Amino acid sequence: MSSVSSQVITAEATPEPQANRFERRAWRHWGERLIEAVLFLAAFSAVAVTVAIVAILVTESLAFFEHVPLSEFLTDTQWTIMFADKHYGVLPLLAGTLTTTGVALSLAVPVGTVSAIYLSEFAGHRTREIVKPTLELLAGIPTVVFGYFALLMVTPALQYFMPDLPGFNMLGAGLVMGVMIIPYVSSVAEDAMRAVPMHMREGSYAMGATRLQTAIKVVMPAATSGIVAAYILGISRAIGETMVVAVAAGQQPNFTFDPRESGATITAFIVQVALGDLPHGSLEYQSIFAVGLVLVLMTLFFNVVGHLVRKRFREAY
Amino acid sequence: MEMSANELAGQKTGVELSALKAEARNLNFYYGDMQALKGVSLPVAERRVTALIGPSGCGKSTFLRCFNRMHDLYDGSRYEGEIVFQPDGVNILERSVDPIEVRMRIGMVFQKPNPFPKSIFENVAYGLRVRGERSRRVMAEKVEAALRDASLWDEVSDRLDDMAFNLSGGQQQRLCIARALATEPELMLFDEPTSALDPIATANIEELIHRLKDKVTILIVTHNMQQAARVSDYTAFMYLGELVEFGDTNLIFTNPKSKQTEDYITGRYG
Amino acid sequence: MAYDAQTVRRLVARGKHWDKVFVIIGLLSLMVGVLTLAVLLAGLIHDGAGRLNLDFFSNFPSRRAERAGILSALVGSSLVMLVTALAAIPLGIAAGVYLEEYARKNWLTEIIEINVTNLAGVPSIIYGLLALGLFVYAFDFGQSILSAGLTLALLILPVIIVATREAIRAIPGTIREGAYALGATRWQTVRDHVVPYSTGGILTGVIIGLARAIGETAPVITIGALTFIAFLPEAPVGGEFPFISFEWLSSPFTVMPIQMFNWLSRPQAAFQENAAAAGMVLVVLTLLMNALAIWLRLRYRKRIKW
Repeated sequence: MSSVSSQVITAEATPEPQANRFERRAWRHWGERLIEAVLFLAAFSAVAVTVAIVAILVTESLAFFEHVPLSEFLTDTQWTIMFADKHYGVLPLLAGTLTTTGVALSLAVPVGTVSAIYLSEFAGHRTREIVKPTLELLAGIPTVVFGYFALLMVTPALQYFMPDLPGFNMLGAGLVMGVMIIPYVSSVAEDAMRAVPMHMREGSYAMGATRLQTAIKVVMPAATSGIVAAYILGISRAIGETMVVAVAAGQQPNFTFDPRESGATITAFIVQVALGDLPHGSLEYQSIFAVGLVLVLMTLFFNVVGHLVRKRFREAY
Repeated sequence: MEMSANELAGQKTGVELSALKAEARNLNFYYGDMQALKGVSLPVAERRVTALIGPSGCGKSTFLRCFNRMHDLYDGSRYEGEIVFQPDGVNILERSVDPIEVRMRIGMVFQKPNPFPKSIFENVAYGLRVRGERSRRVMAEKVEAALRDASLWDEVSDRLDDMAFNLSGGQQQRLCIARALATEPELMLFDEPTSALDPIATANIEELIHRLKDKVTILIVTHNMQQAARVSDYTAFMYLGELVEFGDTNLIFTNPKSKQTEDYITGRYG
Repeated sequence: MAYDAQTVRRLVARGKHWDKVFVIIGLLSLMVGVLTLAVLLAGLIHDGAGRLNLDFFSNFPSRRAERAGILSALVGSSLVMLVTALAAIPLGIAAGVYLEEYARKNWLTEIIEINVTNLAGVPSIIYGLLALGLFVYAFDFGQSILSAGLTLALLILPVIIVATREAIRAIPGTIREGAYALGATRWQTVRDHVVPYSTGGILTGVIIGLARAIGETAPVITIGALTFIAFLPEAPVGGEFPFISFEWLSSPFTVMPIQMFNWLSRPQAAFQENAAAAGMVLVVLTLLMNALAIWLRLRYRKRIKW
C-alpha cells in the first residue's frame, strides 16, 4: 500500500517552476486598505467633533472677551446682557447652576446609593430584572417632560408646604433633576458594588456580620472609586441639564444660593438667548459660546476629578 | 549549513519521507519579547498524518498556527525562519506572501467546535463564497461532497437549513471539518480537535482523520498520546518551544531516542 | 473578652433588625423612581387626555389653544430623525467596527477612545452650540432639518459606537478565527460575521439613541428652530419626475419637544393642556422605543449562546 501512494507522491514531488501563487493580490490588498481607511475616518470623526467643539467655543469666546474684560466676567455679580445697563458677570449663572446641581445631588446621592446597595446586596434576581429596566425607562423620558413635571406638578406641591415659594424656583427644578439622575447614579454605583468579588463578602459573613454590615463595612469601601465615579457622573449630568431648569427655575440670573428663589443656570441662559432673535456675530451670540465654554470646562473638571479618583482608589481585588 | 528535513528526519529516525507537503526550517516565533518557538525544524509528509505532542505550553499549538499565519491576526507576533510549502517551494512566512492566500490552501479545525451562527449549509458554503463561488448548483454539490467526506451527510441531509448550533458537539466539530474540506485544502491543521468532545464523538473524528489522509495532508496537535499513536504516521515531540524528537509514530512510541520523550510518553510528566 | 450566648443572641437580633429596616428604606428608594414615573404619567394623562383627539394630530399650531395641533411637529420630528438615523447609524457602526476589529493599540487609537468617552459626557446643549457655529453658519445649512438631524446624529454617535463595540466584543474570537482560517479577509470577516452576529446589540443601541434624539430639546432650540410652523416641508417623494426631492432638508421646522416647550412657556392654562397632551405623545413614543430596545436585548441575549 505504501508503495502505491509513494508513487503518486513522487510524480507530484517534482514541481515545474511556477509563479508565486501566494503573492498579494493587488485588488484585494488595496480594497482592504480602502475599507480600513473609510472605517478609520468614521472613528476619527469622534476626534473631529471634539476639535470642532473646542475650536468654535474658543473662537467665539475670544471675540466675546475682546468686548468684555475677563476680570469683569469672573467677578461681576450681575448678568444683565439683555438689558440696557449691561453687566457681564458669570457668577449669577454659576450660582444658579451650582444651586440646582446641589439640590439635585442632595436627592440623587442618598437615594441612588441606597438603591444601589439594595439592588446589589439585598434584591433577588427577579426584583433586579424588574427594577433595572424601569429605571432605564425613567432615564429615557424626554427632559422637557420633566420640565413640565417640575413646573406644573412638583412646584405646586411644594407651594402647599411653602406658601411663599415663587412659581419659578430652583428647588422644584433641582429636585426633579435629582430624580432624573437617580438611574445614572444607582446603576454605576451598583455595577461597582457587584464587581466586588464574592470571597470578600464571604469573609465578612463568616465572621457573623449581617448583610447590612457587610454592605457598608466591606462592599462599599471596596467599591469606593466606582461609587464616587457614579456621583461625579451625576454631577456632570446635573450641570449640563437644560430643559428642566429652563422651564421651571425661571430665567432671571440671580446671584444667590438659596434654592427657594428663582434663578438662571448657564444652560437656561443659552436657551433663553437662542429663543430670541440672535444676530450672528452679535455680543449676545458670542456670550452663549463664552458661557458654554465655562460649562464645558466645568464638566471637564469633574471628568478629570472622576478619572483621578478612580486611579487613586483603583481596586486591587 | 541547513539540513533538509529529509536529512534531518533520516538522521534522527532513519525514516525516509517519500514526499513533502511542507517543511519548517529553523523556525523561531515571538510574542512580543517572549520567544515561543526555538529553531523548530519539521517535515510534513504529503498525504500522511503528522502529530505534534508535548506538555501544555510546549508551543505545539503556536507552531501549528504558524502554518496558516494565524498569528498575523494579533499585534506583536513575529516569525523568523521558514515554512516551505510544496509544490511551490515558497516560504509562506515571507512578508511578500499574503496570509489570505496561505489560508486559501491550508484549512484548520479548532480546539472547540466553532460553527458560525448560520445554517448548516451556509457554514459549509462559506469557504466557497469567500472563493467567489456564485453558482448555487456547484455550491450544493460541493457542500454535499464535503459533508459526505466528513461523515455528516446522513445525519443532516434533511435539515441543511437548520442552525448549526442545534447540532451536538461532535456533529459541530465534523461540520467544522466539512467546512474546511469544502474548500479542498492541500493541508489541514487540527488543533486538539477532540479535546472538547466525549469519547464516542472523539472516536468518530479519529476515524475520519484516518480516512481523510488519502485526500489531504494532515498536521494534528494533540495532548492525548493514545490519539497520536492511533491516527498518525509521524509524531513530533515538542518541549519548551523546541522540537525534541521526530520520527515514525511506531518508533517514537516504542523506542524513543530522547529521555524527555520517553518520560513524556510513559506519563512521567505533562 | 468572651461572649456569652445571650449577648451573642442580642447582637444577632439587633443586626437582623437593622437588615429589615434597611430593606424597607431600600424599597422606598427604588420606589422614588417608579413612583415618579407613575405620578408623571398620571399627571400628564389628567391634564392632557382631554386634548388628545384626531384633530390634535392633524392640526397645525394655532394662536387659539383648542385648535392647535402637533402635525408640523410630528412631521418635523420624523424628518429630523430620518436625517439623524441616516447619518449616525452608518457612522457609529463604522467607528465601532474600526475600534474593535481594526485599530491597533497605539496612541491614536487611545485618543479616539478617550474622545468617544468624553463626547458621551458632553452636555447636549454644547452640541447645539457646535451646530450653531458649524452647521448653521460655517456650512450655511441654515436653521434647517438638515442642521438639526446632523446635530442629533453627533449627539447619539457615542451611544451607537459604545453599543456596537459591546455587541462586537461579545462575539468570541474563535468565530473570527474560523472565518480567517477559511481564507476570509478582514473585511469579509466583518461583513459576513462580526456585524451580522452583533445586530441585536447594535439595534438596541440605535433605538436607545434615537429615543434620546427624539426627546432632545436643548440642542435643537440652540440652532434656532422656529416654534411656530404652520406648514409642512416639501414632501420627499413626489408624483412628478424626478419623484424624489431634497428640498425638505433645508426647510425650517419644529419638532415635538420644542412644540411642547413652546406651549409650556405660555401662561394660559389651555396651552398647558396642549403641552401635557404633547408630552403624553412624546412619553409614549420614547417609552415604546426604550421598551423595544430592552426587549430586543433580552431576546438576543437568550438566542445566541456562544
